[in-house]
Amino acid sequence: MNMRNIKYFFSESYKSLYRNRVLSLATIANVAICILILGAAVLLTVNASSIISNLESDVEIVAFIDKELSAKETDLLQSKIEKIDGVKTIVFVSKEQGLKDLQEKFGGTEYDLGSTLGENPLRDSFEIQAVDPHQVPDIAKNIEILNGVYKVNYGKGVIDKLFQVTKWVRVVGVAMIFLLAFGAVFLISTTIRLAIFSRRKEVYLMKLIGASDWFVRMPFFLEGIFLGLTGAIIAVLLLALGYSSLTGQAHTILFLPIVTDVRFLLHIYAGLLAAGMLLGVIATYFSLNKYLDV
Amino acid sequence: MLIQFYNVSKIYPNGVKALDDISLKIDRGEFIFLMGASGAGKSSFVKLLFREELPSRGQIFMNSRSIVRMKRSEIPKMRRNIGVVFQDFKLLENKTVAENVAFAMEVVGAPLRSIQKRVPQVIKQVGLEGYEHTFPGQLSGGEQQRVGIARALANEPLMLIADEPTGNLDMDTSLEIMELLYDINRKGTTVIMATHAQQLVKSAHKRVVMLEKGKIVSDSQVQFEEQQI
Ligand SMILES: Nc1ncnc2c1ncn2[C@@H]1O[C@H](COP(=O)(O)OP(=O)(O)OP(=O)(O)O)[C@@H](O)[C@H]1O
Ligand SMILES: [Mg+2]
Repeated sequence: MNMRNIKYFFSESYKSLYRNRVLSLATIANVAICILILGAAVLLTVNASSIISNLESDVEIVAFIDKELSAKETDLLQSKIEKIDGVKTIVFVSKEQGLKDLQEKFGGTEYDLGSTLGENPLRDSFEIQAVDPHQVPDIAKNIEILNGVYKVNYGKGVIDKLFQVTKWVRVVGVAMIFLLAFGAVFLISTTIRLAIFSRRKEVYLMKLIGASDWFVRMPFFLEGIFLGLTGAIIAVLLLALGYSSLTGQAHTILFLPIVTDVRFLLHIYAGLLAAGMLLGVIATYFSLNKYLDV
Repeated sequence: MLIQFYNVSKIYPNGVKALDDISLKIDRGEFIFLMGASGAGKSSFVKLLFREELPSRGQIFMNSRSIVRMKRSEIPKMRRNIGVVFQDFKLLENKTVAENVAFAMEVVGAPLRSIQKRVPQVIKQVGLEGYEHTFPGQLSGGEQQRVGIARALANEPLMLIADEPTGNLDMDTSLEIMELLYDINRKGTTVIMATHAQQLVKSAHKRVVMLEKGKIVSDSQVQFEEQQI
């Protein structure tokens, strides 16, 4: 491949883009929208995962202890629970501490919970964290059967729901991404098909006088890549702008653990640009074969 | 280039049998006229040579290699050795005469310097000096035909296939073109020319293959060899 060929490829694809400029612009706009939604879906999925894993790490098991248990038996129970597979931390919370926590959480300062309730109705308890949130239900079951354990709570419904949501966010995110990528490929491919159709006689002649497939393909590939990449650049610019203004607000207003790691975000944006290019290549590849088969 | 046809038939998808059981050998450096009435199958025969069409039956060998079973990636290499003058010219309307000729060299990746050197040469050879920057639409039929010839010669092919290269030319210009083709042939290029211009053929004393309804009805070389025995 020499410089002259490269010049030829670029000038051919430029001419073709210019000739079909309305369709080219429409395609770029459409690809931009596709990649924008794709990027939004990616960011949404990433953030949902981050939020969920944040929530997941908060999930605790609380094991209430029989009232009659002595201090020694309590210690023994604690060491038994510690030995259960997957237990990360275990903290003893006395019923007095529990009442204080409640007071702080709901009573505030004006309203004295202790005097209202009279005798402390709470029990001593252990707060247990699992290494992996997914193990929580199993660990809870294992604690429940131990002697001296009165009751085990672990926000069963919440955890199951969270896992469901994570799963759905992932599934829907991936499905959406595939759907949109398909749409983008279809659009680029339509433009390229039109471009090669308007030059089919020339392409036919080129093949008959000995042009190789790649030589014929090259200007169209450049065209497809240009469409995909330009659309992706527009989308990434919009996305980056929108996201950075949104994250500022989300942090201060919603207290959500939004992903703001710049390097991570740059990776995503670079990935979207690469995706735009790849869509262009794939779309072009499948549009040409019919005309190359001479 | 050595060409061998073995029992080649061409039946188009619409059922028309354009060639019927053709067997033929064309030696390196030969000059051969392909004659026959309109619809006899001349263009069909010629298209098989550079694989624009594939035979429905039979085998075609070029330098002992089947071009029917040829790998896809080898087809361009095979075609680069062949110059074709198309019956319908196939000129690109949006390119000038010089650009049309240069195009043939560009698509096979010829370096710029040899293109700049070669294009004026062949344009002169076919007598189109002064028309370099004219578009095909502004040329007469005969002039367009000569652009097609110039383009076919641009890459100095080992074999030249010309489908009615004098179809639109008067006798004088036809004879000029014939001189050009003889000259190329003398320099070693195999020339295969489809025509129904009896006069040109008679005066040429070259091998003539007659086609009729897709069959070879006579071959001057074979007759000549038979007379020898
Ligand atoms: N692509 C095609 N599809 C169907 N039939 C075809 C096709 N090309 C040629 N034919 C038919 O095949 C037969 C031979 O055609 P061909 O073009 O080879 O003749 P020819 O000898 O070159 O004629 P001419 O002197 O008019 O150019 C004709 O009957 C024609 O109608
Ligand atoms: Mg013909």
